[in-house]
Amino acid sequence: MSQPVLVAQNLTKTYGNNVIFRNISLSVNERDTIVIVGPSGTGKSTLLRCLNLLTKADSGKIWLDGVEITDPTCCSEDECRQRIGMVFQNFLLFNHLTALDNVMIGLTKVKKMPKEQARRKAVEELERVGLVDRAGHYPGQLSGGQQQRVAIARALAMEPRVMLFDEPTSALDPELIGEVLAVMKQLAREGMTMLVVTHEMGFAREVANRMIFMEKGQILEEGTPDDLFERPKYERTRQFLWKIAELHGRKAPEENG
Amino acid sequence: MAAAILPPILWALIMLIEFIRYIAAGTVTTLAVTLVALPLGLVIGLAFALAHVYGGKVLTQVMRLYSTLMRGMPPILLLFILYFIISGSINLSPFWAGSIALGVVSSAYQLEILRGAILSVGGDQMMAARAIGMSRLKAIRYVILPQALRLAIPPWSNEASIVLKDSSLVYALGVAEILRRAQQLSATTQQPFMAFGTAALIYFILVFTANRLLDYLARRTQIPANPLG
Ligand SMILES: Nc1ncnc2c1ncn2[C@@H]1O[C@H](COP(=O)(O)OP(=O)(O)OP(=O)(O)O)[C@@H](O)[C@H]1O
Ligand SMILES: [Mg+2]
Repeated sequence: MSQPVLVAQNLTKTYGNNVIFRNISLSVNERDTIVIVGPSGTGKSTLLRCLNLLTKADSGKIWLDGVEITDPTCCSEDECRQRIGMVFQNFLLFNHLTALDNVMIGLTKVKKMPKEQARRKAVEELERVGLVDRAGHYPGQLSGGQQQRVAIARALAMEPRVMLFDEPTSALDPELIGEVLAVMKQLAREGMTMLVVTHEMGFAREVANRMIFMEKGQILEEGTPDDLFERPKYERTRQFLWKIAELHGRKAPEENG
Repeated sequence: MAAAILPPILWALIMLIEFIRYIAAGTVTTLAVTLVALPLGLVIGLAFALAHVYGGKVLTQVMRLYSTLMRGMPPILLLFILYFIISGSINLSPFWAGSIALGVVSSAYQLEILRGAILSVGGDQMMAARAIGMSRLKAIRYVILPQALRLAIPPWSNEASIVLKDSSLVYALGVAEILRRAQQLSATTQQPFMAFGTAALIYFILVFTANRLLDYLARRTQIPANPLG
């Protein structure tokens, strides 16, 4: 049994009177790739933002490598966030910086790494996502797929313990999705611990060792991708997975069986 | 015939040169007032814009009040009020008191310019910066401001020309800048058109040059966006 990297217990988040999710618990183990799916507005993005403390949960606890990061006396939030990589749906590269500088800035300004060392490390990370030849380009000069790969490199450069992906391909034109998924598959093979919100069911079935189906602020069902696709506990799970698999132009789960 | 016309033209030319020379001495003062007021307004405006956007509920309200009050009065009136407050509390020459007062007036406008620029950079950039472990302060310093300041250059250029022109208000405090010297010339020479015309020309050249310089700065700092291939 591999050890837990990121653990959440009874997380609850409300905005005003609006309960986004209640009592969510989950555990991400070393080398896991967990895919979260669920309808729009279920609180998937909010959950990821709570996990790396970008948004404060109302209650519940979070542990990173066994240390409770929701405990204000334990460590600084900024330090915790360095160890949790995050990739956003709309890339969010720093627009005024080249690809290389986007990857470097966390190293030089947050990790206080000497410039030359940071540059070497940034080039390595860009190589990892296949974009060294675009190092000098600004985000506005890159395609969406390239921007997202730079964003992944930027997160990887911090050497996070776990990577959170929030619908990393849903803002991309269909022909650019593949290059980003390929990078993510490579990461999974290398043993990166990942928590991925995505509707790419092909990716989920191929790479994920666990899937979570979230609806209306709750985890309705979780298990291996095969469990959820082939033997779901709830009809609702089957309906939803079938629907998005179809929407995304993949084969319906039934046919895959 | 020619001999009868030439002397007046020559005379006018000599007079124009003399006028420019006399008023040009005021140009130095005008520039000095502007170069005190604008940066002072920038420093205050920037600090207050950051307080407005990131300072929490109370500071936001205070900044909103400051901005509304300062922009709701004629600059000349504020100049008098601030002048009497400043020169009443510390012993300052009219030049310094006037320049500082103008800077304070301008800070409210620069606050709004910079606030708008910071808001249009957007919260997402802040979120992305926090996500790699930057503190709020670092995110502001390395991610938000470099973008916001670029966006602010065109409206700031407009504010710079307003301050340049409003520097003529310190005339009312007896500071010998362009307008006051033009006024003196007009009175002593009985040539108001020539005197004020010369002043207008100098202001125009100053404003025009300042705007061109800032356009150049905007172009130089523009973030490349077109595909390079
Ligand atoms: N800052 C906020 N203030 C108030 N309500 C919010 C805020 N952020 C999110 N919400 C609400 O929380 C709910 C969940 O949003 P969230 O973005 O987490 O859903 P999601 O599952 O990621 O959806 P999607 O698939 O569309 O990305 C939505 O109803 C949204 O309106
Ligand atoms: Mg979302």
